[in-house]
Amino acid sequence: MSLRILAVTTGRILRQLRHDRRTVAMLLVVPVVLLTLLYYMFGDQPAPPGQPGVFDRIALVMLGVFPFVIMFLVTSIAMLRERTSGTLERLLTTPLGKLDLLFGYGLAFGLAAAVQAGVAAGAAYWLFDLSTAGNAGLVVLIAVVNAVLGVALGLFCSAFAQTEFQAVQFMPVVVIPQILLCGLFVARDQMAGWLQAISNALPLSYAVEALQQVGAHAEPTGTMWRDVAVVSGAVVVALVLAAATLRRRTG
Amino acid sequence: METAIEVRDLVVTRGKRQVLHGIGCTVPRGSVTGLLGPSGSGKTTLLRAIVGVQIVAGGSVTVLGEPAGARSLRRRLGYLTQAPSVYPDLTVRENTRYFGRLYGLGRADADRAIADVGLADAADQLVGTLSGGQRSRASLACALVGRPEVVILDEPTVGQDPVLRAELWERFHAMAAEGTTLLVSSHVMDEAARCDRLLLIREGRLIADDTVSAVRTAAGTDDLEEAFLRLIRTNELADEDGLARTGDGRAAR
Repeated sequence: MSLRILAVTTGRILRQLRHDRRTVAMLLVVPVVLLTLLYYMFGDQPAPPGQPGVFDRIALVMLGVFPFVIMFLVTSIAMLRERTSGTLERLLTTPLGKLDLLFGYGLAFGLAAAVQAGVAAGAAYWLFDLSTAGNAGLVVLIAVVNAVLGVALGLFCSAFAQTEFQAVQFMPVVVIPQILLCGLFVARDQMAGWLQAISNALPLSYAVEALQQVGAHAEPTGTMWRDVAVVSGAVVVALVLAAATLRRRTG
Repeated sequence: METAIEVRDLVVTRGKRQVLHGIGCTVPRGSVTGLLGPSGSGKTTLLRAIVGVQIVAGGSVTVLGEPAGARSLRRRLGYLTQAPSVYPDLTVRENTRYFGRLYGLGRADADRAIADVGLADAADQLVGTLSGGQRSRASLACALVGRPEVVILDEPTVGQDPVLRAELWERFHAMAAEGTTLLVSSHVMDEAARCDRLLLIREGRLIADDTVSAVRTAAGTDDLEEAFLRLIRTNELADEDGLARTGDGRAAR
């Protein structure tokens, strides 16, 4: 790995993104539009005494889910393009190391996700009066870690797709089960034992728990930091697996 | 004559099919060697094996004294894939600068590579908006920007206008004169005459490995297209003799 090559690769990926203005606009606008929908769906629903309002509960989780889903999709397509267009094969004949490329994607899309999460959180707190006991900065931090998780899983999954049609179908496989079992629809401790076991193995469950901790506690809790560490660990595992799918020699 | 590339008994299989059947050849330093043969003859596979991105079933490939694909070769070898492998959503200059920076080179080197392939006027255009020929020249600029000692070019002149094609060949010879080794594939026989040496390949076997004039002499004709045909026929006759002798078609093929 080389810091110089990592930096120029991150710059190259951001430059590609900058030329694609429509994607940039969608990255920034879509989460805000979805939050608006949530606000008008749940904004005036009464909350049970002593518990957060329905909108506060759902919007907080969605601030972590949106970047995860969007970055997973964007990355798996971007990496698939590298594989099918021949640029990956060419890159692997240059001094670039596999981790330079993978970390480059993680950094570039992580930065994009930080902007995205900042805009979405800004809209949630200022426009829609989202209230959390903890600091909004922590919400953005968890959202960015989540986005990087989406990037890492996207890099890995792109190895199993030959076409863009196949790549987008990894979303229902990889992303939707994690959303169903993360504790948003059914609290995790009320799930059947085997569902809970699956939920415990899925990284998004920890990200959502971390967000809920920020929602309920004024100060960052030990559980929250542990959850952030678990998600970060999942990122490292996914990146190592993704590196294993990059082969310098092919048939 | 110093050797830049040495291929010995190279066997490549794809699925159950053998696509290269024990190829051996050498490419001298500081020369332009043409790899000529029809589409599907194994040109790209042989080039990929030399670059070190092809899984091989047998034999050896040595480049600048190192096994093909060795880490130290990544700074010394430039590879142009047959399909242009550049980013369509970046400009020519951004693409070339990125590949140059991987070798620690700067703006001036990128601009020089762009000028060398005749794209200076289109340097700030997105690659996705270029014509097919321009796009493959953008890809060529990215292969040359690192000033590699060995340059492997897979059909670099396809779809280029004749004047540009002549300029590119002049450029290749200028690079060879400075000591660069170029191996250039083509399926167009009229490009064979522009090379110092020729490798003629057909159905995964080499049927000639010699200088252009020696190939002409061996075939008894100045027309290289005709020479290729004659060499194929001579080879087939030799094969049939072999078949008759062994009585086992498959073993002899």
